[in-house]
Formats: sequence, C-alpha cells, structure tokens
Amino acid sequence: MPVTIATSIDEACASLAAHPDALVLAGGTDLMVEVNRGVRTIGHVVAVDRIPELRGWSLEGDRADVLRLGAGTTCTDLAEPALASLVPALAQAARTVGSPQIRNTATLGGNLATASPAGDTLPVLAALDAEIELQSAGGARRLPLDEFVTGVKANALIPGELITVIRVPVLEGPQEFLKVGTRNAMVIAVTSLALVVDRPGRNVRIALGSVAPVPLRAVEAEVLVAERLDFENMASPDSDLVDRFADLVADAARPIDDHRSSAAYRRHAVRVLARRAILRAFPGSAPVPA
Amino acid sequence: MTSVDGFSLSINGHNRSVVDAVAGESLLFVLRERLGLAGSKNACEEGECGSCTVRLDGETVCSCLVLAEAAAGREVVTIEGLGSEGDLSDVQQAFLDAGAVQCGFCTPGLLMAVDALLDDDSKPDDLTVREAISGNLCRCTGYGRILDAVDRAAAARQAEATP
Ligand SMILES: Cc1cc2nc3c(=O)[nH]c(=O)nc-3n(C[C@H](O)[C@H](O)[C@H](O)COP(=O)(O)OP(=O)(O)OC[C@H]3O[C@@H](n4cnc5c(N)ncnc54)[C@H](O)[C@@H]3O)c2cc1C
Ligand code: FES
Ligand code: FES
Repeated sequence: MPVTIATSIDEACASLAAHPDALVLAGGTDLMVEVNRGVRTIGHVVAVDRIPELRGWSLEGDRADVLRLGAGTTCTDLAEPALASLVPALAQAARTVGSPQIRNTATLGGNLATASPAGDTLPVLAALDAEIELQSAGGARRLPLDEFVTGVKANALIPGELITVIRVPVLEGPQEFLKVGTRNAMVIAVTSLALVVDRPGRNVRIALGSVAPVPLRAVEAEVLVAERLDFENMASPDSDLVDRFADLVADAARPIDDHRSSAAYRRHAVRVLARRAILRAFPGSAPVPA
Repeated sequence: MTSVDGFSLSINGHNRSVVDAVAGESLLFVLRERLGLAGSKNACEEGECGSCTVRLDGETVCSCLVLAEAAAGREVVTIEGLGSEGDLSDVQQAFLDAGAVQCGFCTPGLLMAVDALLDDDSKPDDLTVREAISGNLCRCTGYGRILDAVDRAAAARQAEATP
C-alpha cells in the first residue's frame, strides 16, 4: 500500500528509511492543497497523524519550566486553556490559523515544516527561542528555530527525518501575538508580531512574521527596552520609549511588495503592532501574583 | 498516475470499500465520485469554503484536504449521516424553518459545522456561533438567516435535553 499509517515514531522513521522519497502527511492542510492543484504528485505517503507520541505535551526540567510539545499537536489543541496558560502567544497564534476545520487538523509540526514566511506559529517560536527535535531511523538531533527555518519554505529537514518535538520555555510574564490581515477569519498574515516578556529575566523578546524570508527578531528593540522597562511594576513605558521601541522594531523588518501587501504598509503595520503589544504587556500596574 | 490497492472507509457507520481510486485522491473526491455520496460539496478544494465539511472521528474537517486512504480506520460522518428525508435532524429542520437556504451549495457544510458546535455547546453565544461557522462561506444569504437558524437549532436541542 502506498500509504503507511504509522502508529509510532519508530514505525514512521522505518517507513521513511525504506522509502526515501516518501512524503510525510500530518493534517494535510498544506500538502493536500498542492496535491489537489496538481502541483505535487503523490508516491509513497507516511501518515503521522495517528502517532500518540506526537500528540501530547508535558513539562520538563528541574523546575518544570520547559514545555515539550509533540509535533502533531493541532492548532485546536494549542488553543485549549491548559496549554494557552503556559504559552499564551502560541495559543493566540494557533487561534488565528484558518478556520475551525483547518485548526482541527493543522499541526504545529506541519506549520514548521512548511516554513512559510506567513506561518503564524513561527514568530512565536522565534520569540521563545524554540528548540526543534528531529528524528530519523539514524537517530535524533536538536536544532534552534533559527537553524531549522532556513529560507522561504525551506528547512533543515533531511530526507527520512521527522519533526517530533518542539520545546519552548514557560515564562513568567505577559505574551502577545498580533496579526494583520484583510479580515479576521481565514486569513494569511500580511504581517505578524509576537512579544514575550520574561519578568524574572528582565527582558522582552520580539519576533516578526511575514516581513522577511524567515522570522526575524528585533534585537535592538529588545536591548533598548530591557534596560528601560519597569519589570517590577510593569508600569507603562513613557511615550518617548514607546516611539523609540516601535521605530526600532519597524527598522528590523525587511518587508517586500507582493500580492498580499506593499513593503511600506507592512513596515507601518509592524510599527503599529509593536506599539500595541508593548502597551498591552505593560499596562501600568503589576498583575497581582496568583 | 499510480492506482492504489483497495481500501475501506467507515462512513456513517457502514464499511465501504473503495476499489478504483488513484493515488492522491481526497476524501471529498472519493465520497462524491467513487461512492456516490454527493451531499458534501466541492467548491474550492483548498480548505477555504467549508462546503465539503465532514466529521472525522467527531471533529469537523475539510474533506477536500483529507487524503482518502489515510482516513482508513477512522469514523467519517457526512451530511448523508445527519438525517434523511422525512427524518431531518434538528439543525436541518431549523435551516428549513428559518429559510436559511438559497442555492444550497454551502448548506451541507454549514449543517455539519453547526451540528458539531451544538454537540459541544448547546447554548453558544453570538461570538461562538460566528467563530464556529467562520470556515463556511455562503455567497447567497448574507448569513442573517443562517444565524437565525442556529438560534432555532440551539433552542430545539436545549428543549430536547431538558424534557
Ligand atoms: C484554508 C487554509 C487556511 C490556512 N490558514 C493559515 C493561517 O492562517 N496561518 C498559518 O500559519 N497557516 C495557515 N494555513 C496553512 C496550514 O494550515 C498550516 O501551515 C498547518 O500548520 C500545516 O500543518 P499540517 O499538519 O496540515 O501539515 P501537512 O499539510 O500535513 O504538511 C505540511 C508539510 O509539512 C511536512 N510535515 C508535516 N508534519 C511533519 C513532521 N512531523 N515532520 C516532518 N515533516 C512534516 C509535510 O511533509 C509537508 O511538507 C492554512 C491552510 C489552509 C488550507
Ligand atoms: S471544497 Fe473543501 S473547503 Fe472548499
Ligand atoms: S445558500 Fe448559496 S452559498 Fe449559501
């Protein structure tokens, strides 16, 4: 049968090793669009959507502050309250993907492997310095996100390899994912921004989507606010700091003109999102610790 | 094109074998063209319109984006499994009563989406309803009567639940 429905990671890896040109199929929401259009022909397929090991999540580390997400976690799962409370920005991003039908099948691993500049989970994973675990019949390896996503729809997967786990830190502090598109439902991002705050670490991490071939971190903006923000009280930054922050974030963008938008609009939108995100994260009074 | 060996699918509680498929066929294609179940509609084949919505192990999905062979061993419920002429489901009856159908092309997908919504939440608020049908496009109605139909279906299901 040209379709292997794998029920374990080992089985999937063995099947990929036996069929070097096989396609990995998770939710199918990217792959089947190409098959239906006739731009992708199907030979051997290894379906990974029924591998229990790829579906769950757990907390790791001495302080249980690392979230281990199976690559087969769907966008619907990511938006569930238990996960949303651990990585709010990832839940917000997952919630904006497609429609309920798409979110029920679309997986985190599929979003990563597709590595579209507009992939909504990518800026969040970049802001969180996610680590991607890959496995093949030959063994496993781990890559930081910026080494995994190598260009427009390009990644570091080698034939026979499966994305199995995505690890992100569980941070203490507010998170935001903001996305601009032509409407609210079923929309591919014109631009997006993820901002996560690490209160004990006294830093803010910002990443941008849809404004470069790969997700970008706004490092200069991060450095500026790490020195100037009030992490103790989460006091709102003054308007001068907000302006400088938004300018630095917009400067980090490398947008282009394409069928979805213009470079100038994208840069403008990034500035607006940066301002909105920092003011939401630092609302003026400290959230009462639970 | 590679032809595939036969495989079987569980559709609306029945085992159906698919013998003449070609590699890469979607569940939607197999339902309509191989099994004669033409209730699920095909309008875009790219997940945008929702007119092909079915339930796969209980969850709503776009059947145009499901590889048919990979659905083997899962429970597929299509619009044909929701109700039948003379024995309409609460959601189908509500759409009729509200006049929520014009050309009808979006209707099977909407019925599946609304049925799934009400299984989860029999008293959805307006935002929940709008989100639940955000993956189903209707070019005719302007959605007003569809929202009305969802209210009626929700009321019917609550009445059913509290005798
Ligand atoms: C109507 C519609 C709306 C959409 N809206 C959005 C949106 O708003 N935002 C967004 O970001 N995306 C969107 N998408 C794109 C898509 O839904 C996502 O990229 C999704 O996360 C892909 O996951 P999947 O499981 O469906 O992947 P698949 O289609 O199954 O696979 C995609 C690619 O990833 C590979 N792959 C999958 N899993 C693995 C794995 N574990 N290891 C190695 N390789 C793997 C496959 O081989 C394939 O190349 C949309 C798609 C549609 C059809
Ligand atoms: S035909 Fe499947 S979503 Fe349009
Ligand atoms: S009734 Fe015609 S598309 Fe909805």
